[in-house]
Amino acid sequence: MKLAHDTWLVFQRYFGIFIHNPAWVAVGVLQPALYLLLFAPLLKSIASVPGFPHGGAYNVFVPGLLVQLALFGAAGVGFSLISELRLGVVERLRVTPVSRLSLLLGRALRDVLTLFVQAVILVLLALPFGLSFKPLGILIGLGLVALIGLLVASISYALALALKDENSFAPIIFTASLPLLLLSGVLLPMSLAPNWLRTISTLNPFSHAVAANRAVFLGHLSNANVLQGVAIMAVLAAVAVWFAARSFGRAIS
Amino acid sequence: MLAERQPPETVISVHQLRRVFKSGKSTVEAVAGIDLEVYGGEIFGFLGPNGAGKTTTLRMLATLLPPTSGEATVVGQDLRRHPAEVRRRIGYVGQRGGADLQISGRSELVFEARLYGMNPAEARRRAAELIDSLELESCAERKISTYSGGQRRRLDVGVGLVHRPQLLFLDEPTTGLDPQSRVRMWDEVRKLRDQGTTVFLTTHYLEEADALCNRLAIIDHGRIVALGTPDELKRAVAGDLVTVGVSGDVEEALRLLQHQPFVREASIDGRELRLYVDRGETATPNILRLLDRAGLGLTTVALSRPSLDDVFLRSTGRSLRESDAA
Repeated sequence: MKLAHDTWLVFQRYFGIFIHNPAWVAVGVLQPALYLLLFAPLLKSIASVPGFPHGGAYNVFVPGLLVQLALFGAAGVGFSLISELRLGVVERLRVTPVSRLSLLLGRALRDVLTLFVQAVILVLLALPFGLSFKPLGILIGLGLVALIGLLVASISYALALALKDENSFAPIIFTASLPLLLLSGVLLPMSLAPNWLRTISTLNPFSHAVAANRAVFLGHLSNANVLQGVAIMAVLAAVAVWFAARSFGRAIS
Repeated sequence: MLAERQPPETVISVHQLRRVFKSGKSTVEAVAGIDLEVYGGEIFGFLGPNGAGKTTTLRMLATLLPPTSGEATVVGQDLRRHPAEVRRRIGYVGQRGGADLQISGRSELVFEARLYGMNPAEARRRAAELIDSLELESCAERKISTYSGGQRRRLDVGVGLVHRPQLLFLDEPTTGLDPQSRVRMWDEVRKLRDQGTTVFLTTHYLEEADALCNRLAIIDHGRIVALGTPDELKRAVAGDLVTVGVSGDVEEALRLLQHQPFVREASIDGRELRLYVDRGETATPNILRLLDRAGLGLTTVALSRPSLDDVFLRSTGRSLRESDAA
């Protein structure tokens, strides 16, 4: 089918560039790795505080960290698209019969693959610290990372196509990411929060993703949070993909 | 038996094409209703200063920008109703090129070929063909970021030609190139035309329009102000100028020559006679013969031809060179 064929071609192109610049993998994994090594140990002493979820500091922290990885890692993908816009690459591709959706999916698949590699690195780093998980749990967890990556990358690309300029793009991305992170329970679980803060955090779709990922890591696959988190991410990702694909099709002045 | 001359096929037909840009409260009419036709196998040029509407028109015809109003038929397909069909038959090389700097020229050509449905083997063959004909062997394997300006532009043209389109759009093909690369690019464009591809290019360089185009349209502020072959346009404006230095009676020389059939205008400038004629190359020997027979001494003679800048000046009231520098 044409979409699959075009998406594979676009993916190959961007994957080729990625393979020649493996340093980017390290750069992307650096921030979460630092949180893992320098922040997570602090959680050990509060792991026994009432309100802190059961399971051990790392089993509670790492699933949230993977969501953070996906959120921050995928948010920045728009920068490379802005450079491509300047070079006239997007305009040139739009004259070809290539499917507009594949222009987005090919790139997003490369981004998701990058996130997978980084997620695996983080999990491996956390093992000596006492991280434990069920195999099915980690698979669903990676699936969530993929969905979040797809969602955030699509938004990032759509924003890049709309703004076309790093100076307007960067502040929006960075200003939006921080409250999303703080309100998702990644650093410290929302169960420790006062009621008003916890209520606000339920409006943040990523807090549901974090809750789902934690449940899945601890093996509670039948927990309602899991289905809820996955469903929310899946729906949002579908909408974001549709919107971003449309943006690729519109005129670029 | 006389060979039948085929009437030229019309590759582009444009009727009252308009494009308006709104930003905030202001509305800019970038293209203000243009009509034109481009015939198969010619190099057609759009000449005008920056901001005249050349690139906007090109992008509309290449389906990158929807027209605000007007109709156009490109390579036999209606522009507004069947843009996908138009795209399959055209190539487009934008001002900024469009090649990714991080991959090699060969990879870029292969990728483009695959997008048009060629299988890997066909794509590689086509890439090799283009690398050969565009003389990119020395850099084909290197990353495009390492290319010189000329190599980059030739690669951009290659990318636009991958699927053998019958019509190629070139937006400012030699802007930013050194003179050598520019001449080389002109040769490439002529080669294309000789092989049967129709070329529609935009430029703000007079020499380029003059050297390359079979026909051209001069565009200013979104309107076409002149249309024709370079020769037609130039002759319509002024004719050639023959300047003759006379050692004898200049007034008598003027009286002798000003009513000759081939002289359009005549005037005296000091000891020189300025004569605007239809064709300088045939007028000059006549002028010399007449002056000689009348016994009027001749000291100097100079012939200058009008340029497209004269055409632009006559059509718009401004010099293209000045507009460009502004």
